[in-house]
Amino acid sequence: MLDRVRALGQTGINVIVSFGRSGQFLFGVLRGVPKPAVGFPLLVRQIYSVGVLSLAIVVVSGLFIGMVLGLQGYTILSDYGSESAIGQMIALTLVRELGPVVTALLFAGRAGSALTAEIGLMKATEQLSSMEMMGVDPLRRVISPRLWAGFYTMPVLALIFSVVGIWGGMLVGVEWLGVYDGSFWGNMQSSVEFVDDVLNGVIKSVVFGFVCAWIAVYQGYDCVPTSAGISSATTKTVVYSSLAVLGLDFVLTAVMFGNF
Amino acid sequence: MGSSAYISLENVVFSRSGRRIFDGISLDIPRGKVTAIMGPSGTGKTTLLKLIGGQLRPDSGSIRVDGHEVPRLKRTALYALRQKMGMLFQSGALFTDLSVFENVAFPIRVHTNLPEDMIRDIVLMKLEAVGLRGARDLMPSELSGGMTRRVALARSIALDPELIMYDEPFTGQDPIAMGVLVKLIRDLNSSMGLTSVLVSHDVTESLSICHFACIIADGKVIGQGTPEELRAHESERVQQFLQGQPDGPVPFHYPAEDATTDFGLGRKA
Amino acid sequence: MAQRTVEIIVGLFMIAGLAALLFMALQVSGLSPKAAESTYTLYANFNDTGGLTPRGRISMAGVTIGTIDSITLDKKTFQARVKMAIHSDVDNIPADSAAVIRTSGLLGEQYIDVSVGGDMDSLKPGDTFYSTQSAMNLERLISNFASGR
Repeated sequence: MLDRVRALGQTGINVIVSFGRSGQFLFGVLRGVPKPAVGFPLLVRQIYSVGVLSLAIVVVSGLFIGMVLGLQGYTILSDYGSESAIGQMIALTLVRELGPVVTALLFAGRAGSALTAEIGLMKATEQLSSMEMMGVDPLRRVISPRLWAGFYTMPVLALIFSVVGIWGGMLVGVEWLGVYDGSFWGNMQSSVEFVDDVLNGVIKSVVFGFVCAWIAVYQGYDCVPTSAGISSATTKTVVYSSLAVLGLDFVLTAVMFGNF
Repeated sequence: MGSSAYISLENVVFSRSGRRIFDGISLDIPRGKVTAIMGPSGTGKTTLLKLIGGQLRPDSGSIRVDGHEVPRLKRTALYALRQKMGMLFQSGALFTDLSVFENVAFPIRVHTNLPEDMIRDIVLMKLEAVGLRGARDLMPSELSGGMTRRVALARSIALDPELIMYDEPFTGQDPIAMGVLVKLIRDLNSSMGLTSVLVSHDVTESLSICHFACIIADGKVIGQGTPEELRAHESERVQQFLQGQPDGPVPFHYPAEDATTDFGLGRKA
Repeated sequence: MAQRTVEIIVGLFMIAGLAALLFMALQVSGLSPKAAESTYTLYANFNDTGGLTPRGRISMAGVTIGTIDSITLDKKTFQARVKMAIHSDVDNIPADSAAVIRTSGLLGEQYIDVSVGGDMDSLKPGDTFYSTQSAMNLERLISNFASGR
């Protein structure tokens, strides 16, 4: 019995310690801003591998999710004879929730796990250590561009996701099921507010991007440098990022749309 | 001590996750010579190199490199000092996404503003020194183990360091590759006059190239001197290590409880 | 891949992001490029605002002329006081006009409809609507009908 309590206490301490370590790590990364001349090409390269290479999965998922929303929305709304509200339904769902959240989940699976594995392998093969011995700080050279790349690319990806999703919904609703396209766009425009919906969605995705990239690089940097360690770090990245995104989404939604 | 010691460790104590790895170790590494640090696996030889490079901090004691007290250096000063150090890692630690040429060029690009054609000349000179000028366009994954280490060596001497540390350079190498490395280490030392620290448990190779050697076991220095002095050392442990005897002061058995109780035989008694 | 190619692709990626933001602003949220319209404030007191919410629409003859700023409770009269922002170019609302809460469709959102009066004077900024008509409560209507009153 007492042992169980002790184990619980130990777990608690470990959790707090790892929070502290990751915070310290984040501080170390953010403090060391590389010189623009050196940092910019590195950042561009990371935006390419983190953002551009995730584009395909984001676009395809966005298209299908938008089309499914169109179909489902139509069947539900046509019961009330208000299928013209389909545009507003699709746009609000995508812009407020699905855009940022699904993009973040895809990002964690596609780019986050790759970041963790890459950094973990660099650690296991002593590349980070040798960089340090060459007088190059791996936090600045390796970690920082990856963190910022996640921060910059997530809102872009989420916006593209939403736009493609709305287009997919229009494809189904207007082109296929025959909703009048004037009321499709008109209803959408009268109910979607730029600041309250679109910008709040962008803020959400900025937060998610930062958190996902932070978790991914921290797990990579902190992993046990063995093959088992890297694989468990990669799993942790995906699990923790997904949980963090969903939890934070609730908090952010409550703050932004909660009306209290 | 005096000016002849490039690195000097005094009473260094270091422990990791509750285990004491160094228990008051003192060591002088002379300037411009090859010093071998030998010892059984797991005695923290690599840790010693990391302490010298400032990647780890000791619990107590002093580590001086070229007059600088490493554990007390500020970040920028430490990074500046590291530019005078080269380190050859056990695995080579080449950057897998860069070609051989770019790997060697990396430290030059980061620390200097030399024009591209000068970087090219320097890199090719360094690759020539290790006999791999023709392999400049290969990727690290296309290299053999011995070649990887030679490229890594070229990279660690790219900035003409004063000190170079070799971490287990001979492990897992075939006799030819080993011979090449032995020759390279000796040539680099004599032609560039750099201080070399060699961590290894390959007794024959190490003793054949070093000017000084020291043997570490159980967190202490158990013997040091020139190779001849060590061969004539009276300590049993030094002799056991040098001659590779399976049993002796360092026991064959890992500490365990009495065998009869462990096998469940002595319980009735 | 050459650094130049990577930079070009990343540039295109960023442009795609900006284009998406622009699409969101113009096509999805219907944000018009012209500056936010200047408005003036009017008030109206209601016995029951029903499901009226801030940001709701105010219309006249079906044309949107403003939005609801806030809805507060007047502690003296126990009425709801609605603060409205009316577009400045609609500056000739007759003083005896009525503010009526209506529902768009059977289940749609509620909005305020201004039914035009005939007075020659018009409401000035800060004025309060003289006559109002509260939200039509469907449940109350049905129960009134059922009990025959």
